[in-house]
Amino acid sequence: MKKNIRLKHYINYLILGLALVLFIALDLLGVLKRSDANLLAQVGYSVILAVSLNLVVGFLGELSLGHAGFMCVGAYVGGLVYIMLEPQLNKLGAILVALPIGGIAAALFGLLIGLPALRLKGDYLAIVTLAFGEIVRTVIRNQDIFGGTRGLESVRFGNRLYILAFLLAILTVFISQNLRRSKHGRAIQAIRDNEIAARAMGVNVTYYKLVVFAVAAFFAGVAGVLYAGSTSVIRSDNFSFNYSINILVMVVLGGMGSITGSIISAAALTYITVKLTISLSGDMAAIEPMVYALILILAVMWNNAPFLRPVREKLGAKLEALRQRILHCGEVPEDNSPEIAAWDKVPTKIPMDAILSTDFTVDHSFDADRRGKEEEQ
Amino acid sequence: METLINGLSLGGIYALIALGYTMVYGIAKMLNFAHGDIIMAGAYAILLVVGMTGNLLLSVVALIAAIAFCVLLGVTTERLAYRPLRGASPLAVLITAIGVSYLLQSIAQLFFTSEGQPVSTGAAQLGSVTFLGANLKLSSLITLGLCVMIMTALTLFVDKTRVGRAMLAVSEDRGAASLMGINTNLIITLTFAIGSALAAFASLFYLMQFPVVSPTLGSMPGIKAFTAAVIGGIGSIPGAMVGGVLLGVIECVCQSIPALSPYTIAIEFGLLIIILLVRPVGLLGKKRREKV
Repeated sequence: MKKNIRLKHYINYLILGLALVLFIALDLLGVLKRSDANLLAQVGYSVILAVSLNLVVGFLGELSLGHAGFMCVGAYVGGLVYIMLEPQLNKLGAILVALPIGGIAAALFGLLIGLPALRLKGDYLAIVTLAFGEIVRTVIRNQDIFGGTRGLESVRFGNRLYILAFLLAILTVFISQNLRRSKHGRAIQAIRDNEIAARAMGVNVTYYKLVVFAVAAFFAGVAGVLYAGSTSVIRSDNFSFNYSINILVMVVLGGMGSITGSIISAAALTYITVKLTISLSGDMAAIEPMVYALILILAVMWNNAPFLRPVREKLGAKLEALRQRILHCGEVPEDNSPEIAAWDKVPTKIPMDAILSTDFTVDHSFDADRRGKEEEQ
Repeated sequence: METLINGLSLGGIYALIALGYTMVYGIAKMLNFAHGDIIMAGAYAILLVVGMTGNLLLSVVALIAAIAFCVLLGVTTERLAYRPLRGASPLAVLITAIGVSYLLQSIAQLFFTSEGQPVSTGAAQLGSVTFLGANLKLSSLITLGLCVMIMTALTLFVDKTRVGRAMLAVSEDRGAASLMGINTNLIITLTFAIGSALAAFASLFYLMQFPVVSPTLGSMPGIKAFTAAVIGGIGSIPGAMVGGVLLGVIECVCQSIPALSPYTIAIEFGLLIIILLVRPVGLLGKKRREKV
């Protein structure tokens, strides 16, 4: 059983680490194409985005529709630092300096958006985060220092960016997983489940909400810097509301609150999107958002629709049985779930049989008596 | 003066859309993110009927067609996408609504391509009148007048008729309303139908001012009208009107000042954040105590 728990904790690193090792091996063999390397970098920062958004949505339980806004801040601030330092230092040095700066800039904005989060919740907070994302984008687009509407010209980092992206994805997973398993994580989950109760138990709700927003924004900013390194022009149009929704789709599809799910769905969706965009031309490209939308609707229905609950539970039980059988090498383990005793087996002093078998006969004599009196009157 | 009237008529359009949001929120307790795309669908219906003819009479026919189509679409999405999730968590419903919005946009793109198609509703022929030295477009005045009429009719409908009062009852307490013999599912469907019909009106008025149809036509007015609904206090019908008009006037005023015009969206959303921070339930929203 102990081994089991360990696997659960390390599976995320295993997935990302093995993938990274595999791709580096392919790269060294010269099989990895340039376009594939670029795709891998995209997968890397999508994973970072999805895992960090999952902190807010799945972990704190607040809907954020402005994650692309934080990424936008990181991409422009970090990108500017990267471009300015790049001639003096080499590319690697420049991006290593730019990454924390972009992240911290985004985290500051995260604190800013965390402030309304203290007074608002649910739908209202969702619209405020949406509004925030659009404000950031509009303001940045009109600044000359950030290249205005044309966008900011960036320098491509090169093919090996994906290694950095994957390493940072592992770091993101490490921090969010450990945050979740710590004392602080339990406090945050308590806020998600019942804010009033958590406050009553002495959890500092203000502090933790701000921390979650800032941490999530920090990683979104880091993802933004990686984006800046992967493109030749940073354009504010890429960080629209639609992009925030795409990240949200990754989180919802992977399962809110599940880091492993976020990693897998972010990688799969990014891959599918990029491949579809390449293969579909013109207006057939509309199939891609359509696929997105259908996946999103069906995933939510499957997980939440009340009328599907019996089907879900049956399937869940079957999967659990299958898992048990695999873990115990074919032997069906003895059922150690507490047996629900039939009511007549429960030792009690109350004479249940006697009570249940009593035939309650209603005494109608009183009624008849009264009816008689009414008739007399 | 000109700016003010233009702002008022734009605000009227926003208010019509915001009413759709706010009624659905009040009664079904869900954010219908796909509402903006119903407007887009209505605009395409108008495009198919009117095209480039610029015939005013045809525009009226188109309006009826758009109403029928939008109501059908609104009721269908409610039936297929939202009703199965009744009773699920609000987050799940919200995400489904976002999915529906995407779906409608991409279907429109598949059928009509992503490019904007011009449509002529005949609004330009109406010309303009000069009043107190200001040059006012007649189409703006018509939009404004009709918006006021529609909103008055809606308020009367909700306050005075049996069905309207049933709607109020459902928004107050759905469980109790159904115990009182109100068919809540029917009322919710009806709400979607009314909201979609209002959206059809909005799509005609919108096309009279910005005569180009594209698959993403509905998303920006949708988000802005939603902002308007939240500013006014979501769930409150007069609130949606106040919020819509406020937003429309601010937008037109900002756009008439060159220094501010690139930041119009930022200013509108900034106003939203400030209002929500000061009054988290919106201007006319009712405060609800949270219980454990």
